[in-house]
Amino acid sequence: MIKEYEQELFEVVGYDKEVADAIVRPNITYWKDAWRRLRKNKVAIFSMVTLLVIGLSCILIPILSRVDYTGQNVAMTHLKPGSQHWFGTDELGRDVFVRLWMGGRVSILIGLLGAVVSLVFGTLYGGISGYFGGLIDDIMMRIVEVIVGIPYMIVVILVSISLGKGLPSLIIALCITSWTGLARLVRGQVLQLKENEYVLASKALGASPMRIILKHLLPNTMSVIIVNTTFQIPGFMFAEAFLSFIGLGVQPPYTSWGAMAALGQQQMSYYPHELLFPAVAISLTMLTFNLLGDGLRDALDPKLRQ
Amino acid sequence: MTKLMEVKNLRVSFHTYAGEVQAVRDVSFSIDSGEAVAIVGESGCGKTVTSKSIMGLIPTPPGDIKENSSILYKGKDILKFSDKEWQKFRGAEAGMIFQDPMTSLNPTTKVGKQIMENLMVHRHMNKSEAFNEAVRMLEVVNIPNSRERVNDYPHQFSGGMRQRIMIAIALACNPRLLIADEPTTALDVTIQAQILELLKDIQKQFDTAVMLITHDLGVVAGMARNIIVMYAGQIIEKGTVDEVFKNARHPYTNSLLNAVPGLNLKSKVQLASIYGTPPDLLAPPAGCAFAGRCKFCMKICREQMPGVTKISSTHEASCWLQHSQAPRINIAEGIRGEQDG
Amino acid sequence: MAENMNLPADNTANGQGRPGKDRLVEVKHLKKYFNVRSGVLKAVDDVSFDICRGETLGLVGESGCGKTTCGRTLLGIYEATGGDVFFEGNNTSTMNKQLKKDFKRNAQIIFQDPYASLNPRMTVSDIIAEGMDIHGLYMHKERQERIYEMLNLVSLNKEHAGRFPHEFSGGQRQRIGIARALAINPKFIVCDEPISALDVSIQAQIVNLLIKLQGELNLTYLFIAHDLSMVKHISDRVGVMYLGCLIELATSAELYKNPLHPYTQALLSAIPIPDPEAEKNKQRVVLEGDIPSPINPEPGCRFRSRCRYAKAVCSEKRPELKEVGPGHFVSCHLY
Repeated sequence: MIKEYEQELFEVVGYDKEVADAIVRPNITYWKDAWRRLRKNKVAIFSMVTLLVIGLSCILIPILSRVDYTGQNVAMTHLKPGSQHWFGTDELGRDVFVRLWMGGRVSILIGLLGAVVSLVFGTLYGGISGYFGGLIDDIMMRIVEVIVGIPYMIVVILVSISLGKGLPSLIIALCITSWTGLARLVRGQVLQLKENEYVLASKALGASPMRIILKHLLPNTMSVIIVNTTFQIPGFMFAEAFLSFIGLGVQPPYTSWGAMAALGQQQMSYYPHELLFPAVAISLTMLTFNLLGDGLRDALDPKLRQ
Repeated sequence: MTKLMEVKNLRVSFHTYAGEVQAVRDVSFSIDSGEAVAIVGESGCGKTVTSKSIMGLIPTPPGDIKENSSILYKGKDILKFSDKEWQKFRGAEAGMIFQDPMTSLNPTTKVGKQIMENLMVHRHMNKSEAFNEAVRMLEVVNIPNSRERVNDYPHQFSGGMRQRIMIAIALACNPRLLIADEPTTALDVTIQAQILELLKDIQKQFDTAVMLITHDLGVVAGMARNIIVMYAGQIIEKGTVDEVFKNARHPYTNSLLNAVPGLNLKSKVQLASIYGTPPDLLAPPAGCAFAGRCKFCMKICREQMPGVTKISSTHEASCWLQHSQAPRINIAEGIRGEQDG
Repeated sequence: MAENMNLPADNTANGQGRPGKDRLVEVKHLKKYFNVRSGVLKAVDDVSFDICRGETLGLVGESGCGKTTCGRTLLGIYEATGGDVFFEGNNTSTMNKQLKKDFKRNAQIIFQDPYASLNPRMTVSDIIAEGMDIHGLYMHKERQERIYEMLNLVSLNKEHAGRFPHEFSGGQRQRIGIARALAINPKFIVCDEPISALDVSIQAQIVNLLIKLQGELNLTYLFIAHDLSMVKHISDRVGVMYLGCLIELATSAELYKNPLHPYTQALLSAIPIPDPEAEKNKQRVVLEGDIPSPINPEPGCRFRSRCRYAKAVCSEKRPELKEVGPGHFVSCHLY
């Protein structure tokens, strides 16, 4: 034909076992892959950094600052933001800057607590209900429906009546109601996943129900759980802010963003900054959590894998 | 016969996190009008990407159709089409049937309406004309009681029936080219036989060119006139069905032909399988893509890509074994002789 | 092991004219019904067969015929509605705890879909070791060695152990599924359409592997598929199922040469042959219509709605599975 080659090149050597089954792509775990995709999402990363800054400020600033958040000074009420009081002072002359971070602690505590309770209890509850199905599932889901049927507000009022207003009542009410959404979600996922062939294979190998739930079902619902929790946290925080705003939540001298906003709202026409700072803090936190949740959902979605 | 479509130097890549996956690597072939062509190859060989390029269904990004690629339809390069031209082309000139009839129909719309939509857009029919035509199309694809069933929803049909409805939708505007992407893979053997008979009838009756994409050579034998064998994004052999089945020149084609147990083969002997898996197109090998799995791989196969050898005016293969300097090996015998290894 | 002391008496469908053979699995009048909204779905309706040690029994039929349910019910993944399964002579439904555990270890399954049958969050070594971990078979250093041994057995290598399922191709995943099933030394494997989702060239690879392993490890297979040509190749005997019933059972050569049931004949003729000449000359029996619903099936022969030879008796009485030739059973009123 057209070109002559060295005859030696035409020696039959047969197939190459190393090449035939080789995988050239880098070994990448699910979480590494998700992190890679999350990192590409600038909005999500920005949200994450913002949340981190807010969180650290809430922890550190009240400790490092020499100003006491309860310290009143009648001579210095309603000060405008300035060099001494960065965010100004309120009607009792308390420093808004330090109070803001102090109030943030309550918001974060409520948000995280709600998340932990719903994560631990909701996941287990939903997992058991979905895996066993039948009568157990029926009973467990009816219980959830009863709890969902009672508005959070009424639970808070009932608990407040018996235990008194304040943070503990708020937290107890939260523990009672927060887990139902995730329990339902996990149940649905588990119902779907348990028909998967790898679960059947595990059953055929003689695995116990607990092993199947812990090794196969929960790891595969993890992404849904994480995304859902990220969306739930701002919900909890907002509920706290709202309750404090209407006076059912945190009681003085403690404060929270909701309580601060309630105080600021009374002075809104004269001293708008007293409302502005807590309102911005609430909005910013809620927004960044939601944006982060969106980013996580995209990053963890197995359909978007390439 | 006239050339209906000509694919020239088609290269398609997908950009992923790990790098560029070269899904189709320089593919050229043509389809005559009214002709049935089969593209055969295993999953990931680029056959579906090729057909999607013809239909303009490659999402960009991550997809990327390289420059110098061209697909001529009746002399016009469809890769340069505007969105509007594509729309017209897709409904009226070319239709496509997909592998999974369960997901390719809209579950919330009556099947009649799904056929009518196309008719009203492309053939400018009014509602009652389109309705009558939809009923007629369902008759063409052998759906009994078509006048009543036209008002049923997809879930009320079985898998085979849904594939028929897909064919009816694709055929509604009397396209010149029908692309069938693994139309029977998801179906049972007896239903597969029905659908293949139907496709054959339609090809004859409407004089439609059919591009059949499959991994099953058995399906091709009864259906197509020409066959194109793809491997790792390239065409490795093409020719008429008779030439390729009787006188396959590429070891891969030979292996495929022998991978199905013949009726006379003794039970439980080892079949002529192909060792390993196809190469990852993220980093395609420098030489022949099949070299790593080829029983007759020579040193040169790993270093340089083989050129195209013409065996007859219609039959060509890309394999170093066709080179004049290569040892004379009876490939078919060699592969059948492998039956225990 | 058990000495087949409490073997029940043979009836028409069991025994199958092979006295003295060592029967590993016996299925008697197995039934599995599902309660669905519109009635009772009879997925498996009175199916009986047996499988000898070292033998492969093929089970073919179209989707929805109950072959997969049959395999899963046999293994106890689904609870049977009626009938008994005997493993090494012991009734699996009345076994004591220890025997049951042995049965779970000895009877394994390989699935159809290599994408759904491996947990995407587990590494290949954890997937393969799952059975060992559950049964506490190989510990510590042995565990690692066993994993490598299994990978080697299915022609994968050590480097694959730390990877995740999504990095593999269909054929490779199916091999991992086989390694998982084999890791705990089972005697009996239900192959539930192990090749249906794979490419033709890979199908041959998997079938070759299964045949090789059967020879090396003296395995017994129940091979479920809808593709008659592969089933014929791998099986010693083949059973054909239609709508929950076993309609024909014979040695694979006999079934091919002399299919008796009209449905078997249609199924055989539907196989596309990779030979243009043969395809042109072939007289194909194309079946009209689809499989009817298995929900609340009418009495009589289940196939009669698509049968060319249907008679009055077919709608009245369900045909029994009877022996019409040596080892050849058919359930049809024509015979």
